[in-house]
Amino acid sequence: MIEKNKGKWIGLGLGSIVVLFFMWGSVIWGLTKIDTQMVIDSFLHFDGSNEHIIIQDTRIPRSLIAAAVGASLAIAGAIMQGITNNPLASPSIFGVNAGASFFVVLGITAFGMTSLMSFTWLAFLGAALAVIIVYSLGTLGKDGLTPIKMTLAGAAIAALFSSMTQGMLTLNEQSLDQALFWLAGSVQGRDLDILAAVFPYILIGLVVSLLIGKQINVLAMGEDLAKGLGQKTWLIKVLAALTIVLLAGGAVAVAGPIGFIGIVIPHVARWMVGIDYRWVIPYSGMLGAVLLLIADIGARYIIMPAEVPVGVMTAFIGVPFFIYIARRGINE
Amino acid sequence: MDAIRTNALTLGYGEEDIIEELDLVIPKGKITVFIGGNGSGKSTLLRSLARLLKPKEGSVVLDGADIARTPTKKIAQKLSILPQSPVAPEGLTVLELVKQGRYPYQSWLNQWSEKDEKAVQRAMEVTGVKDLSERKVDSLSGGQRQRAWIAMNLAQDTDIILLDEPTTYLDLTHQIDILDLLSDLNEEENRTIVMVLHDINLACRYADHIVAISNKTIYHQGDPDTIVTPELVANVFGLRCQIMNDPHSGTPMCIPFSRGRRKKDASHARKMDA
Repeated sequence: MIEKNKGKWIGLGLGSIVVLFFMWGSVIWGLTKIDTQMVIDSFLHFDGSNEHIIIQDTRIPRSLIAAAVGASLAIAGAIMQGITNNPLASPSIFGVNAGASFFVVLGITAFGMTSLMSFTWLAFLGAALAVIIVYSLGTLGKDGLTPIKMTLAGAAIAALFSSMTQGMLTLNEQSLDQALFWLAGSVQGRDLDILAAVFPYILIGLVVSLLIGKQINVLAMGEDLAKGLGQKTWLIKVLAALTIVLLAGGAVAVAGPIGFIGIVIPHVARWMVGIDYRWVIPYSGMLGAVLLLIADIGARYIIMPAEVPVGVMTAFIGVPFFIYIARRGINE
Repeated sequence: MDAIRTNALTLGYGEEDIIEELDLVIPKGKITVFIGGNGSGKSTLLRSLARLLKPKEGSVVLDGADIARTPTKKIAQKLSILPQSPVAPEGLTVLELVKQGRYPYQSWLNQWSEKDEKAVQRAMEVTGVKDLSERKVDSLSGGQRQRAWIAMNLAQDTDIILLDEPTTYLDLTHQIDILDLLSDLNEEENRTIVMVLHDINLACRYADHIVAISNKTIYHQGDPDTIVTPELVANVFGLRCQIMNDPHSGTPMCIPFSRGRRKKDASHARKMDA
């Protein structure tokens, strides 16, 4: 663990360089050989060649999307773990991704929606609905919010939304192909328009998340203590929920549900910088971006020339870690 | 002088009322202890005094103002509460914990100050956790941990400190240790202390004012020497007992009647009572 603040700032600086390095790598590595000169040329004098088109239309969007989506999911997970004091909390386990996905698939299959903006709003709506349902179920009863109730509620809601999504797809086979690849979670084959449409919301989420770290530290000691210290806990929880919806919903709108980043990365971040959320949140964002960039680059090489959906890659990395956390026990 | 008072306070969860139309006065600069059976509502009452639970009816008044209408940070500068068995996030150090006590004095603009630092250092000195400041809270023994939490309350620098069963899960040595610390805080710094205690004998030793809660209201309140009688214990706890003077402190001491093994001694005691 990095103890001193100075070390944490240096880590943040180095981490940002690593993010940029892999963003660069995401542009130049892959089936089509590309080098730095080509990337520069594609900006300065675009010649319509295959390589230039791939750089501009595929690789650069993919790199930016992987970084933004990875950071968003990881930060959403960190905030969820902080305010619920539950190491298993994450957008995928608590059904937020599933809720957002269901609404998008519902839009595609039942209402024939195709516009990016409508996807975005549907994803936000689904994510918000999942957050509200899981939180309400998790706090039901006299003993209030407990990690175990919340995890059960999350798992149930995630399963419910997933099966409803599958039901929608079986009923409407034409949309199956369109929805299926999206549902596996991928940062590939999306153009910059969709990122541009969602980015303002993700940006708001990122900024708020960086401002509420100190409040989350207080809330993580328990609701009674936070209230006793004079915190308006409802306000912090509403802000946190809004941030989770913007980040997780935005990420799903762009890339489909990608699991495990939201649960794994906050643990790695805490292992690096301790439990102060003023640090955990930026470190989660940085590490989440790196993990998704690496997973996406790896996805290109495993069964070349075909690609593995990146959601599958993150699951491969995430599952062993998830089991490790679960074995240490809830709320140990 | 009263530190806190309640007006026709009714508390409860859902449909069920736990406390009904209670008028209570907490004296300033004294140690007040709530006693009562399990589920009598003593913890609920304490929580409501610290605005952790909204009243169904009535109000809690602090410094002449209804706490429901006072900004919550202002209240946190006058009154602190230590909930029952608080849990620190895994890996939190004692220093980090105690620093959280300064939260009510900070804002987005107003960050850590000299005054905050002094209050934190002093709180750790008074509670004797200064040497533990870099230790993780979850690695401490029960007694040390409770001292660390009390240090956080002290860093909050409030005239009134509420504690919900501060001695739960502590062995007898550490129960006495924590209560002595609270007693010192009351005497040396004139802090008003309000707490819930399970042990009636310890309550009698440390309290200036006892509030016995039963049947959704106050059964009786006052100086332990005058109010703690076999009749009170029978009505509040449903326990038959004898009250003697504690040979060490002279305060009332409850000797419960039971079907224990040493029946001979019990009959002997009853004879003495008669």
